[in-house]
Amino acid sequence: MSPIKLKYTIDAGDLSRAGEASSKMKMSLRKLGIPPETIRRAAICMYEGEINMVIHANGGEVTVLVGMDEITICLADQGPGIPDIEKAMSEGWTTAGDTARGLGFGAGMGLPNMARYSDHMHIDTTVGVGTTVTMKFKVA
Amino acid sequence: MKKHSVALQVDRCRGCTACIKTCPTDAIRVRGRKAAILPDRCIDCGRCIQICPHKAIRPAGDPLDKMEGFRYKVALPEPALFGQFHNLTDPNIVLGGLLNIGFDDVFEVAAAAELIADLARRDFSPGRPLPRITSACPTVLRIIRMRFPRLIPYIEPVILPMELAAELAREEAVKKTGLSPEEIGIFAIVPCSAKITTAHAPMGLKQPVIDGAFAVNDIYLKLLGPMRDLTREGEIPDLSRTGGMGLSWGYCGGESIARGEKNYIAVDGIDNVIRVLEEIEDDRMPDADFIELTACVQGCVGGCLNVENPYGAKMRLAHLGEGLPPGRSSLASFPGAGRLAVFQRELDYIPAFRLDTDRGAAMEKLLKIDQLAESLPGLDCSSCGAPSCRALAEDVVLGRASMDDCIFKVRERMRSVSEDPDSYLPAPFRRSQPKKPLSERKEGGSR
Repeated sequence: MSPIKLKYTIDAGDLSRAGEASSKMKMSLRKLGIPPETIRRAAICMYEGEINMVIHANGGEVTVLVGMDEITICLADQGPGIPDIEKAMSEGWTTAGDTARGLGFGAGMGLPNMARYSDHMHIDTTVGVGTTVTMKFKVA
Repeated sequence: MKKHSVALQVDRCRGCTACIKTCPTDAIRVRGRKAAILPDRCIDCGRCIQICPHKAIRPAGDPLDKMEGFRYKVALPEPALFGQFHNLTDPNIVLGGLLNIGFDDVFEVAAAAELIADLARRDFSPGRPLPRITSACPTVLRIIRMRFPRLIPYIEPVILPMELAAELAREEAVKKTGLSPEEIGIFAIVPCSAKITTAHAPMGLKQPVIDGAFAVNDIYLKLLGPMRDLTREGEIPDLSRTGGMGLSWGYCGGESIARGEKNYIAVDGIDNVIRVLEEIEDDRMPDADFIELTACVQGCVGGCLNVENPYGAKMRLAHLGEGLPPGRSSLASFPGAGRLAVFQRELDYIPAFRLDTDRGAAMEKLLKIDQLAESLPGLDCSSCGAPSCRALAEDVVLGRASMDDCIFKVRERMRSVSEDPDSYLPAPFRRSQPKKPLSERKEGGSR
């Protein structure tokens, strides 16, 4: 059985609708009978990814591959890229602007949270070109 | 086991799509020009009852003659009942009225609510994760069990106030009368279909403790006369054991205040409830310690079995409460109540949305659904009887419908035998250009 592909487009600058892709993905995973704890971890990472793409990049594309034993979430944007991944991965470090922070976002927990809740995370980034974050989740 | 309390009056149903479009769990289809409920999906929110333009969907409350089988009958009025009457200054008038229409005694659900609030203020189960989620709305419990099973551990493990009231009322009645528990009939007077279902099929209890549930609007008219007589010349009995806090459970926010919560959010309306639960599940919640959720707008006063509109009922409940002490029932006066109030069993996950118990088979089905949905027009017109094109695709894959239920699909098939297939379609869906373009129209210009 080849993996099922789910695709979502994240629009730039629309914080109020961030989270919709996460909701849609959750419903599909529920239909597949994925265990609730795995759904939750994937949803948290998906939401953090959505927010990152809205705040830092000009939106982007999300591809979710659901296989028998593994879920892969791939978040691809054509944003500014991450100059220093190590720094970006440290908790509390943020480049979010005042607007985003005023709304309670940009606490610098996005990437650290994604790393914590996924079983494997890989960041592929080029400054000025864009970032692709790939996360894998084992299906219990 | 009774799964829901929504019944269709078949002769009234016109097979329109109002209910299927409003259902938050896609639980209704139209088949043979009549609505039909998928029982596993229904969460008893009552939205279809409220929206049906032909009043064909009705709550299935118990008939009042159900009381006849019992020697001693106790009424459990929900707080919302007290918000239904104009110029009500004393809850005892309602209670006296209930004694006059055939009940032998009363036990206010509001009093039981005060006991549950008291229990919560004592932090009876420390160490559980925050935020705590209310367990007072059965529809909310059902949607969590179906859609947000990860949040089950956050639910406060206490039974409904109505259920606690039933347990205490039966104990009291046995003591007062010397009858056996089975001879005593305990009847809740409820504002919503979800509580009717829960009376028969409880969630946190192993066995039902309520013998029947009557709708507020079935009791209301019967009560008016006796209540008027009591106010005019009768002697108003002194039966009430609730204060303002107990009554405030009838509207959204009241439970949080009664519990003494400082950091809480109170959310009403099933769509808003679902949105907030999604957010909590994604770990993005304001730092609230308590989440009060009511499926109905404005809380229980918004239930589909009430008479008065939710806003008026809420105002009256608040006014009525102002004239009373804040609370009148506490665990000090009901020492056994704290133990009775705790869940007898864990809530479990109801995988109502799962396509197949086998994950591989579920994946194949989802793939097929995606393909079919892609081929449908995406208009979500519901002419097929499903709430959306995607829901039709799912129904087809699950064997509940056929692609021929889609009027556009049928049209496509007829295309091969018809000379001018587009003539059957509304203009925006025609594939070919008009055969005789308007003389003014230039090539490429559409209007």
